[in-house]
Parts: sequence; structure tokens; C-alpha cells
Amino acid sequence: MQRLGYAVLYVILVMIAIVQIFPLFWLFLFSLKDNQQIFAQSPFSLPDTPHWENYVKAWQGNIGTYFFNSIWISAVAIVLTVLFASMATFAITRMRWKLSKLVLGMFMVGLMIPLHSALIPLFKLYLSVNLIDNPISVFLSYTAFHLPVTMMILLGFYYTLPKEIEEAAIMDGCSVNRLFIRIILPMTTSVLSTTVIINMIYNWNEFVFVNTFISSDKYKTLTVGIQNFIGQYQTDWGPIGATLIISMVPIIILYIFFSNKIVEGMSSSAIKG
Amino acid sequence: MNKVMSNKWMITLYIFPALLLLLVLIYFPLVLSAYYGLMEWDGIGDMTFIGLKNFITGIQDMKFWSSVQHSFLLALFSALSLLGYMAIALILASNIKGSDFFRKIYLIPMLLSSVAIAQLWIKVYNPTNGMLNSFLMAIGIDNPPAWLAEPSIVLYAIFIPILWQYAGFYILIYYAALKNIPESLVEAARIDGASPWQVAFKIKLPLIKGVFKVTIVLAIVGSLKYFDLIYVMTGGGPNGASEVMASYMYKLAFRSYDFGYGSAIGFLLLVITLIVTYMVRKLTVSDEEELQY
Repeated sequence: MQRLGYAVLYVILVMIAIVQIFPLFWLFLFSLKDNQQIFAQSPFSLPDTPHWENYVKAWQGNIGTYFFNSIWISAVAIVLTVLFASMATFAITRMRWKLSKLVLGMFMVGLMIPLHSALIPLFKLYLSVNLIDNPISVFLSYTAFHLPVTMMILLGFYYTLPKEIEEAAIMDGCSVNRLFIRIILPMTTSVLSTTVIINMIYNWNEFVFVNTFISSDKYKTLTVGIQNFIGQYQTDWGPIGATLIISMVPIIILYIFFSNKIVEGMSSSAIKG
Repeated sequence: MNKVMSNKWMITLYIFPALLLLLVLIYFPLVLSAYYGLMEWDGIGDMTFIGLKNFITGIQDMKFWSSVQHSFLLALFSALSLLGYMAIALILASNIKGSDFFRKIYLIPMLLSSVAIAQLWIKVYNPTNGMLNSFLMAIGIDNPPAWLAEPSIVLYAIFIPILWQYAGFYILIYYAALKNIPESLVEAARIDGASPWQVAFKIKLPLIKGVFKVTIVLAIVGSLKYFDLIYVMTGGGPNGASEVMASYMYKLAFRSYDFGYGSAIGFLLLVITLIVTYMVRKLTVSDEEELQY
């Protein structure tokens, strides 16, 4: 009886796993087919001959530029976000000042704010300083809007750092900057890497800011770029599938190597709220 | 020690960059959105002050209210789906073999961009060659609907990929919380003769109530501000049948160039989200018998 119950539970878990990944598998299948195969044969059939030229076609559509933009814009935003969030978390948890609770509260309320409510004024703000259609507007926005969640992940860790270490360092005449750079930051490398990966995923997948602030093709990131590319290829399924697969590959690779970090980051970004 | 760590210059230096970005790029725009809401403005030309006219239009705008209704429906569905995720997490956390593998598989959709997910599901829902209708026709259903073109079902058709996207995330959170429960508590209950059901409902669930409350807030707030997938899949159509608050605001501003009215709707979106967040928190956190472990 108990074994039967166990088997039923397993079947449920496996079915959910299939639901979660089968659409992606199907996407991969049709990325290797031509339209004739897609429309004439069963959608679940394997491709007769894999049409890798779909990937060539996809890559020709400027996707290389989008890819490169996604990488460097994400990278700049990650560095700014993690650095500023670390500094702010350090100031809030380790230094003594009256308004620290209030400021922390302001960051945490930031988690609840719908970015669409700020979008029009942000657009106008960037317009007035000539940053529309400039990647600076994009990575500044990424940084600002991801500070709260990054700080939330960092906070739990900073609270557990023993006070004795900094007391000893200060006694020895260590300056605040030295304490932060030489002692605190190295102690937080593990949680820092979690925040880097979480930000990488968020930035890589971001859509609204780029779609709103950027109009030139040369600055578009992958999400907005593929959206345009797909618009042109409406009925040509193969290259569309190939484009989507290309956009997913970096995240999937990241996941294969850092799944534990990602799992940890994803759960700590919510639990401590 | 005290002197060094309460040096005003140093504190300012460390808090300044983050706080500046927060104030200038998040809080200041929120205030401005209320201000722009009082203007008639096409985004490029001059603004004309028109008082509360945009807000009054908003309150009488049936399209706006239908988008509000759709957002709330999504919030309701997301909140209800949490019960299912909790059940799955309970199974996963009951020392089942391969639980680590399963939860990692479940999380994959959450890591992909909404644009990619939306494009994929447009294909899944394709009336003639999509995965879904091909499957339905294969099992003998003759006239499956054109999911994204049918005003009466499009909204629900869009909910599915949203739930699909977030399922792994919530399962993961519940799983982590369940794994945090000390084994000794569960063991003690078992020795006292509690059945697996009793262990789940009397011991485990009460212990992770706090996490459950957090996820309810997350799911509801996330739903109210949801945008990406809907914007890409249907753009709110057909004929507003899948419009939500954020997509309606976006359309007003960046498609119809009605920035004044768009700002007013954006501000209403903020007010609604904050009120609902406050209410949900009040309702769920009112009882203070939260167990510490």
C-alpha cells in the first residue's frame, strides 16, 4: 500500500517535470525543422535532417550585436548594483546612525513598487538629460530597481557577521574603507556570488526598460532584439525557434554550473522578506 | 570604535550612491507621476495643467476598470495556485529520492526571459500547428479553439504560461522552508503515532505559515504589476480582452502618446498595489502566534 502511494507521488512529480520542460524540448525540435516539416508532420516528430541553417539564419539577424549588448550592459549593472548594495548594507548594518532604520525601510518598500508607475517620469527624466537611446539609462535603471532585492539577500548575511572582527580591526587602527574592502567584502564572497548570479538572470531577461528607452538597433539587448527579429519572420518557425534557443543558452549553461547558487539566491530573495 | 563607525562622513559616503539612485530613479518618478497625471501632455510638447481631469476620466474609464479586473483575476489565480505548489513541495520534502533533481527541473522556466516564454507559448497556442491543438486533435477533439484570438478564453490562456513560469519558484521557496523544520520535531510526532497527513497538516504547515504569508504577498503584488508576457503575447488584445493595468498604462503612454493620462493610470496602479499590499499584510500578519524555530 505504501509503495503504491509512493509510486503515485512519483508519477505526479514526473508529470509536472514533463509539463515544465516539454515546451522547451518542443521548441528545440522545431528550431531544427523547416516549415514544410513543421506544418505537414506531427509536431512531436524528430526532424528528418536537422536544419542547423536555421541557427545561421538567426545569427545573421543582428543577434550577435544584441547578444554583446546584453552581456556588457548586464555586466556594468551587476558591478554597480553589487557594489552599491554592499556599501549601503554595510552602512545600515554595521555603522551607527539615527536614520538607518528609515533608510532600510525605504529600500524594502522599493520591492513592492510597480516599475510602470515610475516609467513615464523616468522616460521624461532621461529625455531631459539626453540619455534616451543611450545604454546608460538602461544600466542605471537596472541598478536602481535591483538594489532592494540585492540588499535583501545581503542583509541576512551581514547581520550574522561577528562584531568582534571589526572591533579588533578598528582597535588596530584600520580605517573604515580598509575594513570594508579588505575584511568585510572578502568575508561576503559567497553571498556576493549569489547576488551576482541573481542579478545576471534579472538583467539578461529584462525587457521593459530597453523596450522603452532604446530605439537604435545597435544598443538593443537580446530580449528586445529577438522580439523585433521575430516580428519580421512571423511565419518562418525554424529561425524563430533557433533565435529563442540562442537567447536561452547562456542562462541554461549558467544554471548547469551554478544551480545550487541560483536555487539558494532565488529562495533567499523571497524568504527573508 | 564607536567614533569610527559613527563618523557622519563615512556613513554618507557608503549610503549615498545607493540612496541617490533609489531616490532619483524610483521615489522621485513616483511623485512626478502624480504631478504629470494633472497635465495634458503628448510626451514631446508643452504640458497644460488640467487639474484632476485625467483621474476623473480614469475612474469613469471602462477599459481601465476591465484591466483592473483582469489584474485582480490574475492575482486570485496566482494566490490559489500557491496551494498546489505547497502540496508539491510537501511531496518533494518528504525524503523522496531525486527531490533535488525535480525542484531544479521545475525552476527552469523561471530563469528564462518573459519574451522567450511568450514567443514560445504563442507557438504552443498556434491554432493549426501549435503543440496544444495538435495534441488535442490527436486525442480526437475536432475543433480546438484559437486560444489567443478568442476574447472569452484569452485571459485564461495567458494565465497558464504565467503560472508555468513561476511554479518552480514557489515550490523552491516552500521546499527550502520545509527543509528548515528540525527533523526532531517531525520525528517526535511520528513516534507519538501521528500519520503522514497529521505530520503535514498539524506540524509542518503551521511551522511554515510565515513563509506562506510572504509568498501570498509576493504572488498578489507580482500579479498586479504583471506586464511582460501579456504585452508580448497579445498586447492586451483581442479588443482589450487580456488587458491588465500595466499594459493599459503602457499603451496609453507609448502607443497613443497620451502621457498625462498614462501617468494618471500609472499612479492609480501604484495606489492600488500599495493598498492591496497593505491589506494583504494586515489580513495575514494580524495573528501574532507565529512559531519561532
